[in-house]
Amino acid sequence: MVGNLEKKMLFSKEALNNKEKLLEIEEVELDFQRKISETLEKFESDPSKIILALQALQNVLGYLPKEAIIKAAEKMGVPISHAYGVATFYHQFRLKPIGRHTVYFCFGTACHLKGAESIYNAFLKAANINNDENTSKDGRFTIHKVRCFGACSMAPIVKIDNDIYGKVTPSEIRKIISKYK
Amino acid sequence: MSIIAYLRSENEKLPKELFYEYEYRIMVGISTCSLTKRAEEIKKIIEKDLIDKKMDAKLAIVGCNGMCYSEVLVEVARINGPNILYTNINPENAHLILDHFINYISNNQSLFQSKIQIKELKDEPFYALQERRILEYVGRIDPYSLNEYLMIGGYEGLKKALSMSPEGVINEVLSSGLRGRGGAGFPTGKKWKFAYESKSDQKYAICNADEGDPGAFMNRLTAEGSPFMIIEGLTIMGYAIGANKGYIFVRAEKPLMAERLETAITLAKKKGFLGENIMNSNFSFDIEVILSAGAFVCGEETAMIAAIEGKRAMPRPRPPYPASKGLWNKPTCINNVETLAHVSLILKNGSNWFSQVGSEKSKGTKVFCLTGSIAKSGAVEVPLGTTIRKLIFDIGGGSSNGSIIKAVQIGGPSGGCIPSKYFDYELDYESLQSLGAIMGSGGLVVLTESNCMVDVAKYFLTFTSAESCGKCTPCRIGLTKMLNKLIEITNGKGRIEDIDYLINISRVIIDSSLCALGQTAPNPILTTIKYFKEEYLEHIIEKKCRAKVCTSLLKYEIDQEKCKKCMVCVKNCPNKAIEIEEGEIIFINQDKCIKCGTCRIVCPFNAIKVS
Repeated sequence: MVGNLEKKMLFSKEALNNKEKLLEIEEVELDFQRKISETLEKFESDPSKIILALQALQNVLGYLPKEAIIKAAEKMGVPISHAYGVATFYHQFRLKPIGRHTVYFCFGTACHLKGAESIYNAFLKAANINNDENTSKDGRFTIHKVRCFGACSMAPIVKIDNDIYGKVTPSEIRKIISKYK
Repeated sequence: MSIIAYLRSENEKLPKELFYEYEYRIMVGISTCSLTKRAEEIKKIIEKDLIDKKMDAKLAIVGCNGMCYSEVLVEVARINGPNILYTNINPENAHLILDHFINYISNNQSLFQSKIQIKELKDEPFYALQERRILEYVGRIDPYSLNEYLMIGGYEGLKKALSMSPEGVINEVLSSGLRGRGGAGFPTGKKWKFAYESKSDQKYAICNADEGDPGAFMNRLTAEGSPFMIIEGLTIMGYAIGANKGYIFVRAEKPLMAERLETAITLAKKKGFLGENIMNSNFSFDIEVILSAGAFVCGEETAMIAAIEGKRAMPRPRPPYPASKGLWNKPTCINNVETLAHVSLILKNGSNWFSQVGSEKSKGTKVFCLTGSIAKSGAVEVPLGTTIRKLIFDIGGGSSNGSIIKAVQIGGPSGGCIPSKYFDYELDYESLQSLGAIMGSGGLVVLTESNCMVDVAKYFLTFTSAESCGKCTPCRIGLTKMLNKLIEITNGKGRIEDIDYLINISRVIIDSSLCALGQTAPNPILTTIKYFKEEYLEHIIEKKCRAKVCTSLLKYEIDQEKCKKCMVCVKNCPNKAIEIEEGEIIFINQDKCIKCGTCRIVCPFNAIKVS
């Protein structure tokens, strides 16, 4: 079973009691398994390509569930500890399920000086996210702090999915996030 | 902001080939910076306008020319006619461009006087004071077109290199005096020579496009605007050191750069500029793009090699240097994007041409990124040895809000803060080192009186302590200890002996860390203590932050004379700290105030005082 615990975070208790939802979860589960094996099929067994394999899996699944890391390690011929070590070392990898939209806050030097922190706080408030969690309860947003997109002249920068916003002010945040359901 | 249209001078005319068979060439700048300003939409508007007007025009996507402060940029040129660069374009005014250009040609521009100001580009200091070499065509050619790169003389460098011996190429680079543009400034030719002299059946050439320095984006800008120039440079390096396999290690946060480099590789392979028997020579070379999974420490050569090998990016002790034992223990040579761009031009124009400009020990030009509180923020290419003053005042237009510039931070988390009294120093590798900073990749962050130097030091330590790979103790633990001290100081809990503590621990970290990340991480702290000790002392003794940045040291109060009792602050305070006394006076309960600053932002009458 793929990351059951993690799945529970996505669906509320009421939903779990609901038969239809249970079936849906089963489908999601099978879908995950299928996506993992399909993605790994494209790779030849090569220990040096473990990072690329994990990147590909994350692109498909949105994050790296335990099952994906184990399967990738087996396929690429590295110990599971090595794959897990890599997945936890690099910033790009996420081990928890993500919301419908991923939000990146740039915390580079220029953005820091131009008030990245206040944008970040305004967003937490507007999207109802606690400081220590990185996904909102309704599964709408997952937030990440990143280091520099290299668009420093447009600081501060916020990127939501593939849309990039520059010179963002705290008062604009509500308007920007209303576009993302 | 109204459109400013810059007329290019005669000597900046585009080569005729770039017009193909068309009368006009229209160039829309699409890069990471302009995408924040809806550049894609603007392109569509112009596309439609072209069809409506039935204009005989070639529409090209180009990179950013460095004038990031006036995005979006659109350039229109007519064969044998004028060439105008339009700035500050947005989806609302984009429809004016073509009309203006047509009317300009027919001398009928009075129609647009209120909306479009026309100036000569040679009168714009931001542009005119540059020495644009690697950036010459960045923002004017299509990064997705190998043909356009060839039209501006691309691949002539490689052609020349292939007609020379590898030693000849290395000597050319050596005599140019080119030094690595990504960090400490090691002579590129020497690096190549070491790799060339290592005997092995397999060698590797790597382009570092990881650009992890926050505040630096010249590599992104160059590679997004002219990716073939980087590929050409890497191919020349491969030929010189005897490698037939190259890698470009690109940062995952810069996906557009990766996409353009990848497309360029595919096109170059198709046309025989990569692959077997390049340009009908005996030399074969292939390049693969590796997407970095994100770790600042990858800027360290041995860490990057570990990452390409599929491991955690942890550096290892040197020697052996990568030139003898690098990727998979084979001789490996690593240069960054900007260095390789220069290589292409050195081979094309000769080492003498390259070393015509620059300072005595640092030859050639360098791209600097001007960011922070500066009026004209962007990327500029100037000869090494240019003064900081010229860069930030003459070219960058001084501070963005009229406040006094007190320092520049250069070199990212490994660099230092240089106070205004040294602004007449010439920027080169040696002078920066003598001031306690480093060139790094050339990010220049302008700091004014509204920036707190202790906060800046804390910011960089937050960065480096989080990015420390954890392998060696001085860096892993030392940086955390230093960060904790700085947090205490900015929270008003600092002690006078903390300053000596920070200096001592810095020396230990510099002397005993394994790689350059740790060895240079104390630089921002040491330089701020050296040049701005009074700010540290104020935080420690007076519990005061003069820039009003360190929130724990601030006290928010309501100016009763200005307060109109509108209650906006009361409603917006997240901690219900603003209270009403006898239905009359509104005041902030200091015990409850969390110093978030919300009241100050929302107050319509400017009645919140900060002290």
